[in-house]
Amino acid sequence: MTGQERTGIKDLFQPHRIVLMLLFTALVIWCALSLRWDWIPKYAPLAAQGLWTTVWILVVSTTLGFLLAVPLGLAQAVGPWYLSAPARAFCTVIRGTPLLLQIWLLYYGLGSLFPQFPWIRSSELWPYLRQAWPYAVLALTFSYAGYEGEVMRGAFSGVAKGQLEAAKSFGMPRFTMFRRIWLPQAVRNVLPTLGGETILQLKATPLVATITVVEIYAVSSRVRSDTFIVYEPLLLLAVFYMAIAGLITLAFRRFETRVGP
Amino acid sequence: MTGFLETLGLAESATLLSLSAPGWGGNLLRGLANSLQIAFGAYGLGLLIGLFGAYGKLYGGKVTRDLLAIYTTVIRAVPELVLILILYYVGTDLINKLSSAMGGGRVEINGVAAGIWVLGIVQGAYATEVLRGAIQAVPPGQIEAARSYGMPAFMTMRRVTIPAMMSFAVPGLANLWLIATKDTALLAVVGFNELTLETKQAASSTRAYFTFFLAAGFLYLMVTLCSGAVFARIEKWARRGQPSLKGGTR
Repeated sequence: MTGQERTGIKDLFQPHRIVLMLLFTALVIWCALSLRWDWIPKYAPLAAQGLWTTVWILVVSTTLGFLLAVPLGLAQAVGPWYLSAPARAFCTVIRGTPLLLQIWLLYYGLGSLFPQFPWIRSSELWPYLRQAWPYAVLALTFSYAGYEGEVMRGAFSGVAKGQLEAAKSFGMPRFTMFRRIWLPQAVRNVLPTLGGETILQLKATPLVATITVVEIYAVSSRVRSDTFIVYEPLLLLAVFYMAIAGLITLAFRRFETRVGP
Repeated sequence: MTGFLETLGLAESATLLSLSAPGWGGNLLRGLANSLQIAFGAYGLGLLIGLFGAYGKLYGGKVTRDLLAIYTTVIRAVPELVLILILYYVGTDLINKLSSAMGGGRVEINGVAAGIWVLGIVQGAYATEVLRGAIQAVPPGQIEAARSYGMPAFMTMRRVTIPAMMSFAVPGLANLWLIATKDTALLAVVGFNELTLETKQAASSTRAYFTFFLAAGFLYLMVTLCSGAVFARIEKWARRGQPSLKGGTR
């Protein structure tokens, strides 16, 4: 994961690795032949839809969460106490309680509160508020923002003072300085952490299946309860998640080498 | 006291959360006890796996190292929820097969044991990485010195490596403990009565969702904050005699 054990092609063909790979191939072939996969064609469209939902929720919640994390980090790093104290409290509460609890609090709590107000029921937003996904996105966004706010706090205070002073001495307006100097350097320094946190976020997405959002994990549960096939959907699901995690790692690594120091 | 609560409009919540019969406070605390029990067990199992895993990764043969790399990579790339389900079904299947092979019937799996088993294996992968990093941070000269005295491997580990790596490992291990306490909530999905599931049951039977979820959140937060204080002391103890690092310890 760290890239420190980056292996060349040559390393892959050491004798013990070849044996391991052969064993692994044998295992895959055994899985393909002796386990039951006949349910796949029937559930493929649903699975594709679920995969799309997972990716969509992941992208939206990480983007919004990051946008929320920047002010949270900034407030904690340099803000006055009346901004930094609430920001720190938010991060502590989010990081100190399980995400599942947060999701249920928002979905069941707000979901039971909203219908009591007639003006919400008659508002334009009501058709959306009746569904589960807004709560899922909200909870995941808050969660990502809470963890990333902490990361960005360190990132903002880690940028060398001289850089900011140089920008100031050029007469750069404060917002331009933030946009051109402070934020890019802070983000560049924590890119590896952000990559790791994004994978953690991916691993948090199946929790929204508990509030009836049909993403890829929910599809596998559906297969399990419909057909009583236990292991096959779960194994396939694990492979899907590993593939997405691998793609995220690759994307962040490419990004890191492009903007890296 | 009651008058004070009534003026705040919290009298109803207080009744709901009270420990005696009409209230659900007792259920919540029982759930918390279950959660903590599992978190402790899983953390311990994870540390054990992590110690062996770290040693295997650092000093093991080629095959051991590759297998451990697969273990840590796969566990860290697959959602805990999926792993919990897989390990739960594998565990129950194995035990039932074993029991029927020995001529017994179906075995009812103890929820606590199942929780410790699945979360422990997940924790083990993370602990392996934390401890491996910590052992690598110990100056190699210290371990070499122990070896050159002819110290047996286990004694080296007990007397030199573990005490010396503690200060590097404690921050990571503190994080792992927090993850362990929060991951117990995932067992709610497989129907184990820990704090989150107890809360949901209380909330849906009384319709007081905010009261119960906020109360449970408070309990989790207390656990987190108390553990933070405890780990800060442990870290201070582990770092004793070392020059203090500037920039706060977390």
